[in-house]
Amino acid sequence: MQDLATLFVRAMFVENMPLTFFLGLCTFLALSRRLESAIGLGLAMIGVMGITVPLNQLIYTAVLAPGAWSWAGLPEIDLSYLNLIAFIGLIAGTVQMLEMLLERFAPSVHASLGVFLPLLTVQCAILGGSLFMVERRYDTVEALVFGLGSGAGFAIAVAMLAAVRTRLAYADLPAGLRGLGITFLLAGMMSLGFASFSQMGAP
Amino acid sequence: MPPRPSLLRTFKGPLVEGNPVTVQILGICSALAVTTSLDTAVTMAVSLTVVLVLSAAVVSLIRRHIPNAIRLIVQIAIVASMVIVIDQILQAWFFEISLRLSVFVGLITTNCIVLGRTESFARQNPPLPAMIDALGNGLGYSAVLIVIGAIRELFGAGTLFGLTVLPLAEEGGWFTPLNLMRLAPSAFFLLAGLVWALRSVLPDQAEPPETIPPDVPEGR
Repeated sequence: MQDLATLFVRAMFVENMPLTFFLGLCTFLALSRRLESAIGLGLAMIGVMGITVPLNQLIYTAVLAPGAWSWAGLPEIDLSYLNLIAFIGLIAGTVQMLEMLLERFAPSVHASLGVFLPLLTVQCAILGGSLFMVERRYDTVEALVFGLGSGAGFAIAVAMLAAVRTRLAYADLPAGLRGLGITFLLAGMMSLGFASFSQMGAP
Repeated sequence: MPPRPSLLRTFKGPLVEGNPVTVQILGICSALAVTTSLDTAVTMAVSLTVVLVLSAAVVSLIRRHIPNAIRLIVQIAIVASMVIVIDQILQAWFFEISLRLSVFVGLITTNCIVLGRTESFARQNPPLPAMIDALGNGLGYSAVLIVIGAIRELFGAGTLFGLTVLPLAEEGGWFTPLNLMRLAPSAFFLLAGLVWALRSVLPDQAEPPETIPPDVPEGR
C-alpha cells in the first residue's frame, strides 16, 4: 500500500509528464489559453490514462510479451515488437468509446470536452505512459495507479499554466515573445519548480 | 482547383517560414526530450524524417481508397508500422543510442508533425509533392533539434558528438560546464529564445496581443 502511494505521488509530481518528460506538450501548450478548457483537458487525461495504461498492461502480458503463448505450446513466440500498433489501437478505441458514452449519458460534459476528446488519440503522454509501463515492468495494479497519477500530474500542470497565462493577458511583452515564446519560458520555470520534487522523491 | 505551388516552394516553405516546431507548434514533445546531446538529436531527426517521408508516400499512394470515416486509424496504423521498422533497425545497428532514446522512438507514432502532414497534405496530393513536403517538414524539425542539441551539449558538457571542444576545468582546461543545460528546464528556455530570435528576424510571425490596452495615458 505504501509503495502504491509512493508510486502515485512519484508519477504525479516527480515524473510529471509535460514538465520533466516533455510528453503531451502539443496539447499542453495549445489548450492552456483558457482555464476552463485546461481543466476539461486535465479531467479527460485522468480518465483516459487511468483506463488505457492498465488495459494495455493486460494486453501486453496476455498476448505480446515474450513467452505469453507458452500455454498454447508456442513458448518461443515474441510479439513485443507489435506493442505500438496494439497500444495505439486500444487508445483510439478507448477515446472513441469514452466519447460515445459521454455523449449518451453526460451530454453537458461531452459538450464542454467535445473538441479535445478525439485529439487525445495522438497525445504523446498517453502512449508514453503505456510505453513506460512496459519498460518498467509494472503489474496491473501498479499500472492503474501509475496511469491515474500521471493523468493527475498532467491535469495539475496544465491548470497551473493556464492560470498563469490568463494573468499574462494584460502584460506588455516584446512582440517576438508573445504567445508561444512566453509560454515556453513559463513552462521552463514551472519545470524548475517541479524539479525540486525530485529531492522529495530521493530516498 | 487552385494551382499547386511549385515543388521548390513546397520544399522550402516549412524550412524556416513555416517551421513545424516554431510556427506550427507541432512535434515539440520529442524535440525537447532527446536534445541533451547531439548524437541522440541527430538520430531522432533522421528517424523522424524517414518515417515522415515514407508514411506521406504510402498515405498519398492509397489516398483514393481510404474511407473518410476511418482515415485517422488507417493513417496511424501506417505510421505505427513505419515506426516499428525504424525502431527495429535502430535496435539492430545502433543499440547504444536506441537505449538512450528509450521510448521516444516509439513516440514518433504520436508525433503531431507526422499525423498533421499526412492529414493536411499527403491526403490530397500525389506522391511526389507529398514526399517533398514531408522532407521539407522533416528537415525543418531536424534543424531545430540539431541547433538545440548542439547548444545543450556544447555548454552542458563541453563536447560535440562526444568530442571535447571546450576543455573542462576539472581536466586542466578552463571551461566549467553549466549543469542547467543538462536538465529539463533549459530545453524550454532555449526553445523560447529560439522562437524569440526567429520572430525578431521575421516580425510577421509574431502573434497579436491578446488584449489591446485602452487608449488613455495610463494604458500605455
